[in-house]
Amino acid sequence: MKRTISFTLNGDPVQVEIEPHLTLLQLLRDKLELTGTKEGCSMGECGACTVLLDGKTINSCIFPAMEIEGKSVTTIEGLADAQGSLHPIQKAFIDYGAIQCGFCTPGMVLSAKAFLDENPKPTEEEIRNGIAGNLCRCTGYIQIVQAIKAASGQ
Amino acid sequence: MKKFDYLKPTTLDEVLSLLDQYGKKAALIAGGTDIVVMIKQKTMSPDVLISLQGIPGIDQIQYDGTLRIGPMVTHRAIEKSEMIRKEFSALSDAVDVLGSIQIRNVATIGGNICSAAPSADAVVPLLALGAHLKIRGPKSERRISIDQFFTGPGETVLAEGEILTEIEIPKPLVNTGSAYWKHQRRQALDLPILGVSVLLSLSKASVTCSDLLCTTSPISVVLHSLEEDELECKEIRIALGVAAPVPMRAKKAESLLRGKKISDELLEAVALTAAEEAQPRDSIRGEAWYRRDMIKVLVKRMAMKCMERVLRPEETVFPVRLW
Repeated sequence: MKRTISFTLNGDPVQVEIEPHLTLLQLLRDKLELTGTKEGCSMGECGACTVLLDGKTINSCIFPAMEIEGKSVTTIEGLADAQGSLHPIQKAFIDYGAIQCGFCTPGMVLSAKAFLDENPKPTEEEIRNGIAGNLCRCTGYIQIVQAIKAASGQ
Repeated sequence: MKKFDYLKPTTLDEVLSLLDQYGKKAALIAGGTDIVVMIKQKTMSPDVLISLQGIPGIDQIQYDGTLRIGPMVTHRAIEKSEMIRKEFSALSDAVDVLGSIQIRNVATIGGNICSAAPSADAVVPLLALGAHLKIRGPKSERRISIDQFFTGPGETVLAEGEILTEIEIPKPLVNTGSAYWKHQRRQALDLPILGVSVLLSLSKASVTCSDLLCTTSPISVVLHSLEEDELECKEIRIALGVAAPVPMRAKKAESLLRGKKISDELLEAVALTAAEEAQPRDSIRGEAWYRRDMIKVLVKRMAMKCMERVLRPEETVFPVRLW
């Protein structure tokens, strides 16, 4: 009982046959081999699996793959430009040491992107609220907040 | 994860006929932030999920004197509605603090209601705001008050084959403020130890010394000064979450204040009565005695927050300052 879904993945149209019970995370990692998106708690709490769906953050680990039909999915692999230069948020994360083990980073960067797209000049408190759905066990968040602030040009 | 089929009907009639066809083997899925987790935890195991994402018209917020929210409206969409923040503040307070942005982008208000968790954040303000629910079944439609909807943890009056189609919230009286407080250990991504929502309608929107409301004076001092203004309570609704097996109204407490002059002693009595009416339990998040104690504190503070919102509307709608 496989079903075919069509959607846009990091700017490119994709058509794929899937089993209907798959989560978006399983589709991305296991079928499409995009392993930049991480599986943490797999219950929608840690935010490691965060991807953008039509520009909004979602937890892909509890999102049914069947619901991305006709929509646009952005993963961490889609953030660098065509020449391979990193997105300004990615650069800022490196510059500020906002990456330690790196496991939360893809989700954290995508949350930051969605958040800055909506609110280009956030206060520190707004940044902290914006990344409240992403757990980081290394940095204590300080460098991450600094990086996002820097990426916003502040 | 258990295998299941995933159906995407495009009309409500189709949903109803699929529910009829599959019966107990099927479950409805809205945002899925509860359902998918429950399937992963094996606390439910449907053979078929019927998605509501493709049904047109049930993801809209409309305001025509009555606020009508479609069940598929996400928490994030409510959070971003300035009209709801201004007119129905308690609901904004609640959707602001539910889950994370990732969850709020997906989780729907209809899902929050139908999952019927005793801790459901969005449900408590809906009780205080006096919401009604429209329910459609295979043969007929009905409309019930939200305080009649819940029958137990995870249980509702929805019969097999019935589906929630609209949340109706009446326009509040003039000079009304409402507020919700989620009492939690963390500042985000937590379940409430207690949820307290109050709606309060006042007889007037000005007092002699409105500056008092932004002082750091104790509540009793502020209230004592307000007593000279003879503020009367036209309407009050108190709703409590995690205070009983289902989200509840504290109706005895409400009746103490309705139609009376607002005073410190009376608010104290109202909060105490609400705490007595509640039937909280001991759980990993908090013990019953603690929850009762906090109901006493928070009902009074939420009533004050309502007054603050009526008397100083421009400055106080946004910050979620407790007091």
